[in-house]
Amino acid sequence: MTLHDAYASASETTEGRVYSVTGGDWDSLVTEIGQTKEERVVVNMGPQHPSTHGVLRLVLELEGETITEARAGIGYLHTGIEKNTEYRTWTQGVTFVTRMDYLAPIFNETAYCLGVEKLLGITNDIPERASQIRVLMMELNRISSHMVALGTGALELGALSPMIFAFREREKVLDVFEMVSGLRMNMAYVRPGGVAQDLPKGAVAKIRETVKELRHNFKDNEKLLVGNTIWMMRTKGIGYLDLAGCTTLGITGPVLRSAGMPWDLRKTDPYCGYENYEFDVITTDTCDVYGRFLIRMQELEQSLRIIEQACDKLDKSEGQPVMVADKKIAWPSQLSVGSDGMGNSLEHIREIMGTSMESLIHHFKLVTEGFRVPAGQVYAAVESPRGETGVHLVSDGGTRPYRVHFREPSFNNLQATSAMAEGGMIADVIGAVASIDPVMGGVDR
Amino acid sequence: MSKNIGMFGASGSGDTSGFGGLVRSAANFGSSERPYGSYFDEVADELERAYPEFSDAIEKVIVDRGELTLHVKREKLFETAMKLRDTQSLRFEVCLGVNGVHYPEDKDRELHAVYPLLSMTHNRRIRLEVSVPDSDPHLPSLVEVWAGNNWHEREAWDMFGIIFDGHPGLTRILMPDDWPGHPQRKDYPLGGIPIEYKGATVPAPSERRSYR
Repeated sequence: MTLHDAYASASETTEGRVYSVTGGDWDSLVTEIGQTKEERVVVNMGPQHPSTHGVLRLVLELEGETITEARAGIGYLHTGIEKNTEYRTWTQGVTFVTRMDYLAPIFNETAYCLGVEKLLGITNDIPERASQIRVLMMELNRISSHMVALGTGALELGALSPMIFAFREREKVLDVFEMVSGLRMNMAYVRPGGVAQDLPKGAVAKIRETVKELRHNFKDNEKLLVGNTIWMMRTKGIGYLDLAGCTTLGITGPVLRSAGMPWDLRKTDPYCGYENYEFDVITTDTCDVYGRFLIRMQELEQSLRIIEQACDKLDKSEGQPVMVADKKIAWPSQLSVGSDGMGNSLEHIREIMGTSMESLIHHFKLVTEGFRVPAGQVYAAVESPRGETGVHLVSDGGTRPYRVHFREPSFNNLQATSAMAEGGMIADVIGAVASIDPVMGGVDR
Repeated sequence: MSKNIGMFGASGSGDTSGFGGLVRSAANFGSSERPYGSYFDEVADELERAYPEFSDAIEKVIVDRGELTLHVKREKLFETAMKLRDTQSLRFEVCLGVNGVHYPEDKDRELHAVYPLLSMTHNRRIRLEVSVPDSDPHLPSLVEVWAGNNWHEREAWDMFGIIFDGHPGLTRILMPDDWPGHPQRKDYPLGGIPIEYKGATVPAPSERRSYR
């Protein structure tokens, strides 16, 4: 039997016979492949495949159901963010970089801002309250990101309910983001020198309530998956990568910690005052998908602990500034919500438009031209949900970056796909990739 | 340093007032003198001890903003990397990738490759920097030293045109395989390429209409 679909017919190429599959023709395809003598089959999984975590393309060489070679093809979501930032001011850069790893925008922003602040030499001048808010937002973001990792990871392996629960919790976190920054994703909330605006009234109380709810609701997923026989059969011993493999591949984050290495930049190289918070670094020694899953589950509780401590600190620092005092760097106004949406606060508009010409000039200069950053290069890194998000910044002394490079953990960790998948079954490659938790926006930038 | 080209963003300093009073002094890019401070002296000492050709391999040492940068000659990059990884007292077992930077005005040193290194054993970070001329953009690949550099080197080739000799498969990684040019270079305009769609070609935005 041969295929007669005009869009999915088989054709001969120099590499062998190529079959296109459209979805409804599995039976005829299997029959036809069964008739060929070729043992080795190359399957293109993705880039449009529900289980590849976005536009990831996996080229799998199979012998039966065993993978003999796995290669990842990326670049389908390349947007040239790094190049774009070279054409905007240092502050505008935040708006670009927040869109890289779209599940962890606050981490991109914070890493970038820590870099800019290091270049400016104002790292120690950042107000405490700004750092506290950054920590709060990062840990909330870690929860929302891990929720997607767990939910979609489970979904891809065929467990549907965890995804419903995970996204339910994620919504709660996004509600907090909306309350604090006005946006649910891509907030551009962390700015060089501090944060865009202070927490709104009643935010801390609302966050405390959310923490309580989350802690209670996380149990739903725990009950569903931890110790679940089917889940463990799909994840235990799958996607094996030991410590030696992790270090040579430069793997960081939960994948490294699943190899037993308690490496967490929040502990080893604290930033934003993480040394003042009590939390544990979670590790397992199983080197497999199940271990990484357990790590993410337990990191949720650690994040909640940090958020609670941040709330206590924020209660005490109420009313303190959230932007660096240096007027030549600090954004001239705080944002506020008006009748026409979010924008510069009304008092600020009154001042620059009605009373002070100098304020207007200052505002105009800083907003259109931006501040100058002394020439040099720095590397700053934060522990994102996926590992070390590093930013390498080069300044030529101007008002715009000379070069912005993100060392994305997704990009780097995705290289481990081959090591994790080769020699395993084709069904397990899904679990292996899900345990790396790559976000293609970050991989391709 | 060079100017960006293309239609996007402001040109010049972006100073629209003509005042431009926010000038800060540029950092000194000369070689730093000892003592370097922090653990940097120890790293330099240990590397000198483990690597007799140190003075020949290292062009200059820069300590700036609490970070140590070793400028290495490209012929010695591989050896230096091996020493940094394998010497017990150094143990830079993780390389956090390669980042290209294009300095078109830096004659015969136009393309720089920057390697941030991390020692988990000692919790230390340093940076290696290598420069190559645009006319001969060859560097030894460090994939053998740190396997994780594979994709990073492909990205640096894709974006800057730096050729890593000995790389197991140096192909484009983010741009399409048949893409002409290396987009992150300073002489490559932002949004400056014609768009081909369904057989028709739309000129680059910068060619369509003059906004300046």
